[in-house]
Amino acid sequence: MEKLRQTPSQTVGPFFAYSLTAEQYGYDYNSIVKGSLLGDKTKGEQISITGSIYDGNGDAISDAMIELWQADELGKYRIAPIQSRNNDFLGFGRLGTGAKPDHGFRFTTVKPGLVNGQAPHINVILFMRGSLRHLYSRLYFSDENNAKDPLLLSMDATRRQTLISQRMEVNKNIEYQFNIHMQGKKETVFFNL
Amino acid sequence: MEDKDFDVHPPHLYPAYKSTILRSPTKPLMLVKEFLEDVSLPVFGESVIGKLDNDLTKNARKNGQPIGERIKVSGIVTDEYRRPMPNTLIEIWQANAAGRYIHKEEIHDAPLDPNFLGGGRMLTDRAGRYTFYTVKPGAYPWGNHFNAWRPNHIHFSVMGHQFEQRLVTQMYFPGDPLFDFDPIFQSVPKHARELLIAKFKMEWTEPEFALAYEFNIVLNGKSKTPFE
Repeated sequence: MEKLRQTPSQTVGPFFAYSLTAEQYGYDYNSIVKGSLLGDKTKGEQISITGSIYDGNGDAISDAMIELWQADELGKYRIAPIQSRNNDFLGFGRLGTGAKPDHGFRFTTVKPGLVNGQAPHINVILFMRGSLRHLYSRLYFSDENNAKDPLLLSMDATRRQTLISQRMEVNKNIEYQFNIHMQGKKETVFFNL
Repeated sequence: MEDKDFDVHPPHLYPAYKSTILRSPTKPLMLVKEFLEDVSLPVFGESVIGKLDNDLTKNARKNGQPIGERIKVSGIVTDEYRRPMPNTLIEIWQANAAGRYIHKEEIHDAPLDPNFLGGGRMLTDRAGRYTFYTVKPGAYPWGNHFNAWRPNHIHFSVMGHQFEQRLVTQMYFPGDPLFDFDPIFQSVPKHARELLIAKFKMEWTEPEFALAYEFNIVLNGKSKTPFE
């Protein structure tokens, strides 16, 4: 059978928020995906994932959108559909970077378990004005054993650090800082699928 | 068709679209297919979709109907192998009929419409089909270069079933005179630009109510058995 050509990608543009992240920005429309990846009854130690996204000049980008998708504490991805109310862990979240003056993001989640022998990690999808195609990346944790992770091992050792979020304790909350650099010495590793 | 004809996506760096210059990766993307080919994307249930979510002419009314030309947009979402993709989340956003976005940072001096938000969402049905109603968005100026105007367009975000099937794109309207001047549209290889242009469908119009357009969406790769 003759294959179809894919629909080409286009930028998310600067004005996505009133549809994709409406509640976070205070628009009069509900959001079905938010900054919390937790369900109403998710167990386990909550953590925050915080950071900013920097352009080639080192300036924080104020009109990007970031999506996280991860397995639960046991290393299982959610299969059941996400509903308007959910008891179980969602594993999926989305935030824009334009709602706060510092242009940062702050997700709430639990740390994922090992997935198929890979170190605990969170999948990252990144969109912004000026990105004609979204970008895929991954977040690892500084306090986990990442030495044998096959994906990290398959890349240039000098660039692995760009994917490892740094554990911090802030007011007794556990926070992992994950800054994304589009360009420059610390340019984040992005994937081609 | 030759292989190169399947290369439909714009490059990351396209200097005519100035914002790409400081925001596109400078190092080659890493090929990691073997680590991510089994990763899914989340599935959504009907309960997340509000009754008026796929009717932008109704979902933000305050004291009347939004101003503008009422249209209906329908299509089918498939994978590259023509397999329909049911239960696929589509989110949309657009300017109003005057070319004004409701976004707070928008500075274009065209009127807001008190009865129009410009955002909506829907799930494809069992046959992979979707439909929504809206008003035709206006063109609007932007700061990329002197006298820059975007063609009329509707933004689409599509959540496929697998990780590599995420798509964000824009739907355009046939015969727009701004195509030749818009670097975002032009960033797509020439042969593939037609894939972003909806088709006018006389047979789908609703007499005395709305004109109709068809916009089919093809996602990357081969979808696995969809979740039921």
